Amino acid sequence: MTSTARVPDHLDADELQTVTLTVNGSERTVAVPTHRTLLDGLREEVGLPGTKSCCAEGECGACTVLLDGRAVNSCLVLCVEAEGHEVTTVEGLSADGLTDLQEEFLNAGAVQCGFCIPGQVVSAEYLLRTNPDPDEVQIREALSGNLCRCAGYQRIVRAVQATAARRSER
Amino acid sequence: MTTAPERAIDQRDALGEPSDPYPQGQVGRPVLRYGGGDRTSGAQRFVADLRFPGSLQVALVTVPVGCADVLGIDVTAARAVPGVVDVVTAADLPSPMPRFGVSHTDRPVLADGRVNYHGEPVAAVVAETLDAAQAAARAVHVDFRELPGVYTLDDALAPGAHRVQEPSLRPGHALADSNVLEEAHYAWGDVEAEEARTEVVVEETYTFPMVTHFPIEPGGTVAVPTDSGGLDVYSPVQHPYLLQRTLASVLGLPLNQVRVFAPDPGGGFGGKQNPKLEPLLAFLALRTRRTCRLVLSLEETFQSMRRAGCRIAARTGFTADGALTFHSVEADFLIGAYADVAPRVMGKGSYVAAGPYRIPGVRIDARAVMTNTTPSTAFRGFGSPQVSWALESQLDAGARRLGLDGLEIRRRNLVAKGEAFVRGESAATADGEWQQSLDKAAELIGWGTPLPPGRGRGIAVGIKPGATSGLSQSLVRLLADGSAIVYAGTSDMGQGARTLWQQIVADELGAPLEQVSVVSGDTGTVPFDLQTSASRSTVFMGSAVLEACKDVRRRVLDLYAESTGVPPEQLGERPGVLVTPDGELALPEAARVALGSLRGEFIGQGTRRLRGKGKHPLGGDAAFYEFNATAIEVEVDRETGELLLTRHVTVSDVGTELNPLQVVSQDEGAAIMGLGHSQMEQLLLDEHGRIRNLGALDYRIPTFKDVPVELVSAAVENHDGPGPYGSKGISEGALLCTAGALGAAVADAAGVVIRDLPLTPERVWTAIQAACPEEQDAQ
Repeated sequence: MTSTARVPDHLDADELQTVTLTVNGSERTVAVPTHRTLLDGLREEVGLPGTKSCCAEGECGACTVLLDGRAVNSCLVLCVEAEGHEVTTVEGLSADGLTDLQEEFLNAGAVQCGFCIPGQVVSAEYLLRTNPDPDEVQIREALSGNLCRCAGYQRIVRAVQATAARRSER
Repeated sequence: MTTAPERAIDQRDALGEPSDPYPQGQVGRPVLRYGGGDRTSGAQRFVADLRFPGSLQVALVTVPVGCADVLGIDVTAARAVPGVVDVVTAADLPSPMPRFGVSHTDRPVLADGRVNYHGEPVAAVVAETLDAAQAAARAVHVDFRELPGVYTLDDALAPGAHRVQEPSLRPGHALADSNVLEEAHYAWGDVEAEEARTEVVVEETYTFPMVTHFPIEPGGTVAVPTDSGGLDVYSPVQHPYLLQRTLASVLGLPLNQVRVFAPDPGGGFGGKQNPKLEPLLAFLALRTRRTCRLVLSLEETFQSMRRAGCRIAARTGFTADGALTFHSVEADFLIGAYADVAPRVMGKGSYVAAGPYRIPGVRIDARAVMTNTTPSTAFRGFGSPQVSWALESQLDAGARRLGLDGLEIRRRNLVAKGEAFVRGESAATADGEWQQSLDKAAELIGWGTPLPPGRGRGIAVGIKPGATSGLSQSLVRLLADGSAIVYAGTSDMGQGARTLWQQIVADELGAPLEQVSVVSGDTGTVPFDLQTSASRSTVFMGSAVLEACKDVRRRVLDLYAESTGVPPEQLGERPGVLVTPDGELALPEAARVALGSLRGEFIGQGTRRLRGKGKHPLGGDAAFYEFNATAIEVEVDRETGELLLTRHVTVSDVGTELNPLQVVSQDEGAAIMGLGHSQMEQLLLDEHGRIRNLGALDYRIPTFKDVPVELVSAAVENHDGPGPYGSKGISEGALLCTAGALGAAVADAAGVVIRDLPLTPERVWTAIQAACPEEQDAQ
């Protein structure tokens, strides 16, 4: 019995593509192979490691970013697909210091190891922008694609609720 | 429910003046997480986020079976891939192959002719880019012959079974020619005599699945060769000093030539305690003289850590009024292909297989059984959840037979403080008022109040021994302006250790909280700490930090005396204060006066050492026990077998909550993790020993939608722990007995008793169908 993976016919399949996209308000041009995910592009080429990689198959939500304002798993988007689009990462949300949402994550004790938190914050921000007054069921539904193994789930729900309350007072 | 900070403050107030040494202080307050801002903004740097310009990328080569002889490895095509710097197989490493391990020195740096579990690397590719490394790894041609590996307890224990470990690795050991790596035996009283006065005997077998840690950060390692021939190694480990020692030993280097940087683990749960691939990365870096970087995929993480599965056959006796008479247990822990710390998990878990109960006759026989699977390692609970599942289920079975309820039978058997629950030579006594936790859980779940049809309640308790020996050292520097730096080697993997050190130092030295910083994760600058495990850090490192602060105060007093001419015997000190003949002086001010115009600083040292006992089967008495009572109310959908947890209560005996917000976070997190192995998680293998549900798509952990409708975390505080201010470790309690509570609740709700975890909808549905054929007919 043998285990032999196929030798790629033409390793130059990795021929670089030039991609121009807007990241956190700034236009960025990167040269990446076609198979490069937006997640890896953001982390390795753009230099923004705040977006995290865990499952790399769209299940854990650690890599969540906003693509033209919509929350997506950046591991399921190719860099080349983002050409001409606008991406907001966790760094972009907190460019002027912690947001009210991030403060409430801390206040609620929602942050433990912290690895899933950038993704949670982006997903929660997307929820609050699309539904400023979500009930608990809606929060759980909206964040159900974001795994937290420290299991701060109920603390995160409270953080989102507290943020919604703060924003409604403004 | 009040919010955690509110509850924390309520509880703090309820402590009352005498037991609260620092009513104005930071200890006991829900201080926000140290470093929390960076963790929400994305600025926190985990190992994969660190940048090493010019570093090489590593990809691993494996074979697609769990057990095989490697006949040959052809690296020609791989070496031809542009950008490849090196392809390393066992033949390129020292001979004999260096091995390492915590309890046995059995794990090779790279598979040496034999693959013992699926995912064990047989070669490593080092390349200029990750793309090249991965392409070349796929181009490595491995010629192998699959062997009849053993993947289950029955396989491994069958006569003539394939031997996972070469007998020569355990020369002279009585069990060397078997798959039983180690055994543990505990016994007291006379089980046979007790059985003679027994009214009801319950005899059942329980299983607990293999589950994986699934830290959201998969992890990785970067090894950097230094100019002096040593190594800097970056790895998000819980035990940096163990990694340092292991690498030094495998490489033949002095400790000072191996510097381990431990970036905060993005979740550990025990899985990131012990060295795994770091020795391989070290060899690659020394060979190439370049920085070598390996970032694991989640799948590779699944293949490098898991909890031991377990099968427990139990016989338990009760008198007519529900008193336990005897408990006899045979527990087989399904461990992996290398020992890691699994024998200790087996030994320490089975030590408490009779639980926190008053049982006159006990016999416990446990085995760690090797299989060709991912090496099992420490995992939150460390063997206790497995034995608790069997014992708590046995108690409920007895209660049902006797017409008692789950609360009553536990009240009748739970030991009181100071009473032995392990008897004999290595006795252990209750170190807390454990019945208070049980009563509180019962109260918070509304035990005994009416329930709608289809709902049921269960209650269970669990204990876990804390650390049995250990050493933590800390340094605290009080700087000239009154700010302070703490050096403490505890890895902060989410439990929030650094926050506690900040709180302790703020109170003890009178420094503002925000002017206390913590340095950790660097064996080159931070003093030795044995490990971050067993919920030990609050007790051990916390005490070391506290001692270091006292040392600082003594030094301030001495220098103040010298600088001012006030005789030292006229001076006194207490937390945050120097007492002088002219009155009290805030410690920072006293320090300023003492230091004078030369400025400088005070350096305090603190050590907490717990020596083990040579003859004790655990190596010593546990410094404390974690005790938890969990109560669950569940609704069972009889048509689908799905469980809806309407209320989940966890009450832990915590001694003193140094930071109530962090206690609640840890407690809730443990409870949800407990629901994972109770309700949904299990690693499934195919006939080749491969993990069938390898990855997040097929291996399910609890999500937002799996959290109980109401999750209530409460604590009992009697300030009776050995840690600072009467604290105990608290991070594991809430998952010890989750399974027992859930199983009892399901039995109460649906009338079916299930003895195999997890309680998946399929299992519950099948059990309901088997118990009530009329429901089947109706469909």
